[in-house]
Parts: sequence; C-alpha cells; structure tokens
Amino acid sequence: MIRKSRRAFTSLALAALGLSWTLPSPAAEPIKIGLVAALSGQSALSGEAITRGLQVAIDEVNAAGGLLGGRQLVLVRRDDESNPAKGVTAARELLYKEKVAVVFGGIDTPVALAIAPLANQAKVPFMNPWAAGTPITHNGANPNYVFRTSAVDELVDKGMLAYAQKTFNTSKFGLLMINNPWGESNQKGLTAALAAQGLTAVGSEKFGGSDVDIVPQLTRLRDAGADTLFLVANVGPAAQVVKSMDRMGWKVPVVSHWGVAGGRFTELGGPNAGNVHFVQTYSFYGKLSPVGEKVVASLKAKYPDIKDVSDINPAVGVANAYDGMMLTALAIANAGSTDGDAIREGYYKIDRHEGLIKTYVRPFTAEQHDALNENDYVWAHFIDNRIVPVGVNP
Amino acid sequence: MQLISALLSGFGIGSMYGVVALGFYITYSVSGTMNFAQGSSVMLGAVLCYTFALTLGLPMAASIALALLLCAVYGLAVEVLAVRPFASRGSNAWLMSTVALGIVVDNLVMHTFGKEPRSLPSPLAAAPIQIGGLGLGVYPLQLLIPAVGLAMATALHAVSRRTRWGTALLAVVQNRDAAQLMGIPIRRAIAASFALSACLAGVAGILIAPLFNVSAEMGTLFGIKAFAVAILGGITSAWGVMIAGLLFGIAEASISTFLGSGYTEIITFALVIGLLALRPDGLLGVAGVRKV
Repeated sequence: MIRKSRRAFTSLALAALGLSWTLPSPAAEPIKIGLVAALSGQSALSGEAITRGLQVAIDEVNAAGGLLGGRQLVLVRRDDESNPAKGVTAARELLYKEKVAVVFGGIDTPVALAIAPLANQAKVPFMNPWAAGTPITHNGANPNYVFRTSAVDELVDKGMLAYAQKTFNTSKFGLLMINNPWGESNQKGLTAALAAQGLTAVGSEKFGGSDVDIVPQLTRLRDAGADTLFLVANVGPAAQVVKSMDRMGWKVPVVSHWGVAGGRFTELGGPNAGNVHFVQTYSFYGKLSPVGEKVVASLKAKYPDIKDVSDINPAVGVANAYDGMMLTALAIANAGSTDGDAIREGYYKIDRHEGLIKTYVRPFTAEQHDALNENDYVWAHFIDNRIVPVGVNP
Repeated sequence: MQLISALLSGFGIGSMYGVVALGFYITYSVSGTMNFAQGSSVMLGAVLCYTFALTLGLPMAASIALALLLCAVYGLAVEVLAVRPFASRGSNAWLMSTVALGIVVDNLVMHTFGKEPRSLPSPLAAAPIQIGGLGLGVYPLQLLIPAVGLAMATALHAVSRRTRWGTALLAVVQNRDAAQLMGIPIRRAIAASFALSACLAGVAGILIAPLFNVSAEMGTLFGIKAFAVAILGGITSAWGVMIAGLLFGIAEASISTFLGSGYTEIITFALVIGLLALRPDGLLGVAGVRKV
C-alpha cells in the first residue's frame, strides 16, 4: 500500500515536472515588481488596496506595450504579516531570488524600517506607498534607494496644526497620543510644529491601546483649556476617545492622523465619530481629474466588488500605490535597464507626470525622496462608514 | 469636580476588575488552583455574545444566556484539560497550562472572529446621563456594572458562608480527604467552581463589551489587572477582592486625572507591591494556617 502510494507520488511529481518543462518561454523576459505588505491579519485590507493600485497601473503600462522594448511588468507579492522579521525574509527573497527591479512596501512603518537598509545594501529601489514614518526615507544612507509616495509623519504633524488653525481658528491645542512609538514620534513632531510658531500645547496625554475610559485624560485636557485635540491612534483606541468625549458631553474639534481611517470607525466610535477630521492623500469623491476617471473605470472593470467609489477602500492605499507604480515605470524607462542604480537615477530624471494625486513636477531629487508633501494632503471625515473629504457632499 | 469624575470612572472600571477577580477567588477557594488566563474567558463572553446577537441575529437575552452557557462549558474544559491532570499529581504545571490554553483560545478566536475589533451596541450605552450639567456623563451601563459586581460579591459571600453547598465547598479547601469522607463530591465541586468562574468572567465580558471594542485581545490586560486585584484583595475573601477592584480602578482614574496618564501604570502597580509588603495576605485575606 505504502509502496503503491509512493509510486503514485513519484509519477505525479514527474508529471508535474514534465508539465513545467513544456510551458512556453516568454518572448521577452518580464520585469518583476515586488511587493512586501500585510496580506493577512488585521491590516490585510491595506495590502489588498496596495495590490489593486499597483495592478491597475501595471495593466495600464503593459497595455501600452510594456517597458524597455516590450517587456511586460509582473507583480510578485509576499506577505509580511505586519511582522518586521517576516518582512525582511520576504524582501530578501524578492531581492536576491526573484531579482525584482523595484520592491514596494506596505502599511507598517516598523516593517519598512527593517527593509530599508536591506534595499540600500542590495542597491534595489524600495518604494513606499503607505508607511509614513519619517526615518524610512530619511535613513542616512548614501546613495539612498528608498522612495515614497505617501504621507510623512513629520509633515502630517505640521499639516494637522495648519489645518486646525485655518479651519477652526483655534489656538489651545491638547495632544492625545497612543502610548507606543508611533504616538511618541508624533508627539515630538507636533511639539516641534507648535514650537516653530512659538506655541506650546496646553496639555499632552497618552492612553493605552486597551483603555476603556479616556475620561481622566480628556478631563485634564479640558481643564487645561484645550479648544482643539490632536489625536494619533488607530481605529480601536481612537473610538474609545470619541466615546469618552461623548459621555463627557465635550465637543471640541478633533484633528487626527490617518489611523482612524482603518475601517469601522463609525461602528466603534458611535455618533460623534464623524466629527473627527483626519488626513488623507487622496479621495475618489467629488470631481475627478481625467486620470481619476480612468483609474476608477479600470478598478471597476478589474474588480467586480467595486461598484462605486465608496468601494475603493482604503482609497489612500490604492491611490498612493497607483502613482508610485506609474512613477516607477517612468524611472525604469528613464534608466533604460533594470539595474537598481540606473532606476534610482531614473527617478531623479522624472520631469513632469500627470498623476492621480497631483501633477508631479520633478517629484524626486537626490535630497528629496518623498513625492508628496503637506500641500497634497486632503482632510476627510466619516459620513456613515464612508471616508469623504470635508466639504464634499457625496 | 475632577474628583467626582475620577471616582465615577474608577468605580465603573474597578468593579469590572472586581468581577473578573471574583473568578480567581472562586476556584482558589475550592481547589487552591485557578485559571490564569481568566482574560480569555472575559473575551469569550463578549465575542460569543456578539456572534449570537449580531452575526446570527438571535435576541439579546438568548444570546447572553447561550454565551454564558458556553463560557461555563469552557470553564469545565479548562479544569479537565489544563488543571486536573497536573493538580491531581500535585504538580504546579497548571500555572503554565492554563496560560497556554488561554493563548490557544485567543488565537482560535482571532482566526474565526477576525482581528478587526467590532462594536456590541447596547441601549444602556447609547445616551449618557449627564450629572449636574458639568460635563460629568455616564452611560447607564456604567452604573449597572458596579451594581452587578457588588451583588455578585454579596451573593458569593452569602452562599459560601450560609448555605450547605457553600460550607461543603469550603470544607474541600480545609481538608480534602476529610471532606471526601463526609460524602462531599470533590471532583464535581471543583469542576463546578471552574464553570462558575468562567461564567463570571463571561458576565464581565458581556457587561464591558458595549463600552469597549470586542476583539480577541480584549481580555488580556483585564486578566492581568484582575489577578493583581485578586491578590491585593486577599484571594480568600469575596468582599476583599471586590473592594480591591474598586480601589484599583479608583487609583488608576485618580492618578490619570491628577498626575497625568504617563504615571498611571507605574504608580498603581507600585502601590500594589507596597500594599502587599504591608499586608502579605491582601486587604481582607486571612493568613493560611500551616500545619507542621
């Protein structure tokens, strides 16, 4: 019996081998584009959004005849499970075994920070369409192979302050940060942004990811005279803040980093969740540019679950990845080869590009590896469970 | 004003710690062992209630009853799988095996329920009652939780001191062999205590769920704090455990309010150590008599 099944296995294996031998070899070798992102777990939706943005851009490039004399682009994905160690293993495989021309990253700053030195060592460009940690691109390497088409924490902090001053005309800011390295770095960023204008926060409080009651922290901020809150936390903890404010009957504007955009914020935070204004890099609502119309049409055609713009979710992941891929295609074309160093130089040679988020004019230089800045941010809030730019009526 | 706000917050959250800690008290009183992963039972209560009520659409009362029933079954499983095999051989490995079982359950829930936190709506946590119009609002549920907690502590105290069944359970702790000889079904008593303990944790989980986010990880920190509370209260006294829970909650809220949230955990846990140094058997605990 055992012998029989072993023989069956051997013949199956041989058949499989034979099958792979008979596959036709492609006319021109494809150009591999790598992606290391969270494809499972809590942040799986982010990995899917990046995938869709990249795939739509890749299809567009391929339909136009590919790059470097007709070579097609193919996407090779690996799951990092939001775990830096797994991200490094996956990135190493893509860089050395799959020999990707460019590798894209995911939502998690810690994973991106772990992959950045690896990419610099391998001399392969590492493009970040989501993770916002400032040191990802400001990593001290020379030459630096790490690029980004996303928000940058340091600039988001400046943007949060500018938005609050402009929109709410307020001046007494209370800081409420999640008690982890992300909260810590934004606390520094916000304090620095305030200091640059000769201001200080009236109070700065932290809270834990599983705190049920944030009333004590909020009470301190209220008693210190805060008229606006700066919030940095992910969906779950941020929802507790909104619920605690609801209980206190305290209504002041809340300006937040994009952690709350993760999904289900209105379900978790209740009726006041819509009062939180937060940063986005793009929204598919409102009047779209021709590029916007084209991308929405491609997404609808390729993914049957996208029926209207509210299904493109999270929008920032799709939009940042789309622009990141289109800029990367230009960089590869400029390079004239898939050599990592030539592609890095290729990014610097991009002159002008009609992108989804904006029209990029010299988006990258040797000193500037972030294509987006605080002028490109969109401020949004939740209406029901949809992320809509403030002032736009969907 | 700040004080009242801190007291209200602390009272609500402290009574939740107390209820979970009562679970430790029950099994420890009967068997000298406990489920260290009590936090998983808290989570299970909330997740099961959410699943029955929202995913399967059952009425809330039926969902709560089913969730608590399954929690009790889980408590039995903890005893049979993770405690009895070790405790019966005089080994202390149940310390680790209960923690391990809790981790298994947390991860099973993560795979089936999903990692995304969900919200369990409750009419008792929809509109806050404003107290004095000074921005002191509480949900009705926050007032219900201490009431349920104190009622449970009272009931447990009464049952253990005044009923035949309760005194029988206490006899098991005092002298196992003598209790068995007197016809007290020890095995069943211990199993029942674990079922009741998980049930209490489930009650706490269901009660806090509308105030909190329902997720696989929601019980972890609660379990740890509740254990500190159980030890602080003197694990042999239902009232001591409940009072310690309230004190712990009020200390947390007061420190956050008056000193700032950066100090909360440092000072509360330092206080726990300090208090235990002064009263090694807890606030209302009685030193065990050691026979030589």
